[in-house]
Amino acid sequence: MSPQEESFFPNLEGRKRLDLIFKWIFFSANLVGLLVLLVLAVKIVLDSWGWLDVQFITSFPSRFPEKAGILPAIYGTVYLMIITALFAIPTGIAAAIFLEEYAKKSKFLSLIQINIYNLAGIPSIVYGILGLTVFVRWLNLGRSLLAGGLTMGLLVLPVVIVTAQEAIRAVPESLRHAAYALGATKWQTVRYVVLPSALPGMLTGIILALSRAIGETAPLIPIGALTFIRTIPKSPLDSFTVLPIQIYNWTSRPQDDFRAIAAAGIVVLLAVLICMNSAAIFLRNKYQGRTKEL
Amino acid sequence: MSMESVISIRDLRVSYKDHEVLKGINLDIYKNKITAIIGPSGCGKSTLLRCLNRMIDLVEGARISGKVLFKGEDIYSPKVDPVRVRFKIGMVFQKPNPFPKSIFENVAFGPRINGYKGDLSALVERSLRWAGLWDEVKDRLGENAYALSGGQQQRLCIARALALEPEVLLLDEPCSALDPVSTMRVEETITHLKERLTIVIVTHNIQQAARVADYTAFLLQGELVEFGETSRMFTVPKDKRTEDFITGRFG
Repeated sequence: MSPQEESFFPNLEGRKRLDLIFKWIFFSANLVGLLVLLVLAVKIVLDSWGWLDVQFITSFPSRFPEKAGILPAIYGTVYLMIITALFAIPTGIAAAIFLEEYAKKSKFLSLIQINIYNLAGIPSIVYGILGLTVFVRWLNLGRSLLAGGLTMGLLVLPVVIVTAQEAIRAVPESLRHAAYALGATKWQTVRYVVLPSALPGMLTGIILALSRAIGETAPLIPIGALTFIRTIPKSPLDSFTVLPIQIYNWTSRPQDDFRAIAAAGIVVLLAVLICMNSAAIFLRNKYQGRTKEL
Repeated sequence: MSMESVISIRDLRVSYKDHEVLKGINLDIYKNKITAIIGPSGCGKSTLLRCLNRMIDLVEGARISGKVLFKGEDIYSPKVDPVRVRFKIGMVFQKPNPFPKSIFENVAFGPRINGYKGDLSALVERSLRWAGLWDEVKDRLGENAYALSGGQQQRLCIARALALEPEVLLLDEPCSALDPVSTMRVEETITHLKERLTIVIVTHNIQQAARVADYTAFLLQGELVEFGETSRMFTVPKDKRTEDFITGRFG
C-alpha cells in the first residue's frame, strides 16, 4: 500500500451514493410544486368545462347561473392593476433611487430601511383598513377604483422598492465613476447609466408585485369592492369589483352551478395573470439582452 | 528653459479616518508632457491621481487639505464645482469600464451630457482616431462595446474621455488588466496624445514609466520621495529608496 492509501479512506462509492440521494431529494422537492400546480389546473379546467365561453366573458353577473358573466370583474381587475402600477412603480423606483443614490448612510436611513422591510410583511387586510381610512374617508375618494388602486399600490410598494434597490445596487460602481469622470451630474448618472442597467432587475420586482396584487382580495374588502356590480367602471371614481372577489362571491352561493362558474372565473384570472407576466418577462428579456455584461 | 505647469499640487494631504494616505505632496505637472506616478501598492498613488479631478470626493470618509491649482485656480476652492473640474480633466480607470451601450454611444456620452453643439459623428470619429481605435471599429459603431476585447475597451474609454477635449488626461493603471500586446497599443496611443494634452499616468509597472513618461514621481508611504525627468531618475536616482525601487529591490 502506498502512504496515501494508508492514511486515507476515500469511500468514493459512499460519497457518490450520497450525491445521488441528494439529487433525488432536490428533484422531488420540485415535483411537489409542479404536481400541486398540475392537479389544481386540471381540477379547475374540468370544473369549469362547459361554462367558460364567450357568453361568460361578455356578460354581467346574474343570479341565474346560465346568464352569469365576469365582464365587470375583468374590467375592474385590469383597471385596478393600471392604477396600482401607475402609483407603485414610479413611487417605488423613485424611493429606491433616493435610498441608494442620494441618501447619506445614517441611523435614520437604516431606520427607514428596516421600516420598508417591515411594511412588506404587514398583513394585507391592514392595508385595506388603512385605505378605507385614508383614501375612502379622508381623501373622500369613496369606494372607488382609485381608492382600491392606491391601496393596492401601497401594499406592493415595499416589494417594488426593495427589488429596485437590489437592482440599483447591482449596477457596477465603475460605471458610475465613468459617468462622473465625464462631468456628469448625479441625476445624469442615475438617468443615463444607473437606470438603464438596473431596468431588467426592476422589472422582475414589478412582475412579482403586480402578480401579488392581482390575486389579493383582503385589502379590497374594506374598500368596498365586494358589492354586486352590474356596470363597467367608466371613471376611476366608479365602484368596482375584481376577479378574485367575484370568484369568492360565487363560491359562497348555495347552487352547485355557481361553483363551476367560480372555476371558470379562476381560469380567467389565471389567464390574465399569465398574460401580464409574459408581457413583463418579454420586456425584461428585451432590455436584459441590451445591457448584458460580458 | 522654464516649463509651464498645468497642475500644481501644494502640500496636499489626504486621510481616511485616522490614517494619513498622502502626507503633504508638492508636485508640478508640466504641459504637454507625460508624468508617471510610480510606487509600491498602497503608497497613495491612485489617491493622488483622484485628487486631481476631485474623483476623491466620491470616496466616503476621505478628508483633503492643501491645494491643487489647475491653471492657477485651486480646484478645492468652494467656488469650484467638481462637475466642471471633471469636464476639464478627463480620467481613464484601471479596469476598462465602457457603458453597456454601443461603441458610438460610449464616445458620444460625454459630449451629449455636456451639451455639445457641433457635429457629434465627426467628434466621435476624431476621438476614436486619437485613441487609435477608429480603423478597428469604424464598420461596427452600432455594436455593443462589450463585444470589444479588453484592450480595445480600454482604448474606447480613452476615446470617450478625449471626446470632451480635456486639457489633462489622468490614467489610473490603464494597462493593469491588459495583455502585453494590448498594453503596447495603449502605450503608443498615450505617447501620440501628448501633443494635444497633458497626461498623468499612475502605474505599478516601472518599465512602463520608463517607456512612456517624460517625468516620473516616486511615491512611498504617502510621501513624494523623488521627482524629475524620467531619463535622469532611471539612470542617476538621487535617493537611495528610488534606486532600490527601480532596480526591483522591493515593491
